[in-house]
Amino acid sequence: MMCQRCKKRDATVHLTEIIHGEKAEKHLCEQCAAEENITVKQPQLNELLANFVKSQAAAGEVANITCQACGMTFAEFRSGGLLGCPYDYDAFEKALTPLIKRAHEEGSQHVGKVPQRAGIAQERQHELMRARRELAAAVDREDYELAAKLRDQIKNLEKA
Amino acid sequence: MTIDELTRNRSAWLRADMPMSEIVISSRIRLARNVAGFPFLAKADTVQRREIYRLLRDSIDRANVAEDLTFIDLENVEEVDRQVLVERHLISKQHAESDGSRAVAFSPEETVSLMINEEDHLRMQVLRSGLQMDECWNVISRIDNSIEEFIDFAFHTRFGYLTACPTNVGTGIRVSAMLHLPALKLTGEMDRAFRAAKDMHLAIRGLHGEGTEASGDIYQISNQTTLGKSEEEIISEFKHLIIPKLVEYEKRARQALISERSVALDDKIWRAYGILVHARAISTEEALHLISHVRMGVSLGRVDSIKLETLNDLFLMIQPAHLQKIARKRLSGEERSIARADLIRKRLNGASSN
Repeated sequence: MMCQRCKKRDATVHLTEIIHGEKAEKHLCEQCAAEENITVKQPQLNELLANFVKSQAAAGEVANITCQACGMTFAEFRSGGLLGCPYDYDAFEKALTPLIKRAHEEGSQHVGKVPQRAGIAQERQHELMRARRELAAAVDREDYELAAKLRDQIKNLEKA
Repeated sequence: MTIDELTRNRSAWLRADMPMSEIVISSRIRLARNVAGFPFLAKADTVQRREIYRLLRDSIDRANVAEDLTFIDLENVEEVDRQVLVERHLISKQHAESDGSRAVAFSPEETVSLMINEEDHLRMQVLRSGLQMDECWNVISRIDNSIEEFIDFAFHTRFGYLTACPTNVGTGIRVSAMLHLPALKLTGEMDRAFRAAKDMHLAIRGLHGEGTEASGDIYQISNQTTLGKSEEEIISEFKHLIIPKLVEYEKRARQALISERSVALDDKIWRAYGILVHARAISTEEALHLISHVRMGVSLGRVDSIKLETLNDLFLMIQPAHLQKIARKRLSGEERSIARADLIRKRLNGASSN
């Protein structure tokens, strides 16, 4: 969302004001918010989350986004403050990006150290995670046939 | 090394032998990493948690991270032992108090500590005395590389190293310095320093990190931004900008006290000394407060019979779990006050030879 005032930067400050009984929403970038004397203090994550979700017209929709790899919902993350798995960063990307930017002085692209080895492809990481989750469920259900299959699958994924 | 032996050890990072050691007690760099292909701990069941533990422990062993690492399985040690590790800054409060399989591995000098299954699967930290950010970074980056030869960490091309909390994502780095700022406190300028720190996107916490009081005028200051800046940039800001600035504030406040309130300053220092060497029972809070004043006296050259290192060590030794370990039994609050006063008297009276 664009800042309503400068119409240049991303809006990261979202306010709802009641003026003469009318509800008015304000979406500003940090710089414009500062110029309008809307102080932006160092954001605490919980506060950030609460404000962000409040500012979403479709808050319900955001809350219901579910990660396919670990089963966490955005609402669950919001109340606990911790993500469920690496794949959440993709699953919740739209909802998370503004939060991440505010927590990191607008940083949204990693520029630091990268793993020396290429590492296993992201997709395979998620597949592994899903297989491990299904394995746990299969063992719970005492579905040993499926469990054995999943174990083989995990072994192959780890080896590949 | 056992936990009993730890209480007789002197952590290398308390040595007070570096430039600026009179104000910068220690430097610390921590990296957060998670094993690829596993959920974060919030979504890991007990089996997965144990598997992560096993994989990391195995990788750490094979990586040969440091000579003689001590491995402690935190699920199977007593609460007082976990508390000793917290008091020595080898694990976090959260790590001590949580449940499930988790562990710590640390080096004999206590300058390296690797926490398994804390908030992230792996949190590695390196501690050094005084302002030694580059040394911390060199060591921890090497450890990170060597462990990574045996295990894949969750990494994202855009978001970098993925962490359970999005506030740590990217580099996963937390650079912090433990500062002794008694003069800023006495002159009432701490608020100004706090505001300056907030403007620079820094967090200020007490002696034992998150949610703790700044006892003994000791503050931990650390970066909050971990994404969009490289590790070197973050470290360089700390080394060249942030810490020197705060040290300068504190020095100026100390000079102001000397030139304008010299008698009052000496009175405070020597009264503190007097109580410490004579008290028969003393609380942690009072002891930290008084040690802080004596420490300022030593670093200003107004008390010359005590070494800074002795006082740095006292900051740890007088804490509840340490006192109980030394006494080899559970002590009530009152018994601890007596043991604490005894220990302080012993240490300070024999200080010049210590």
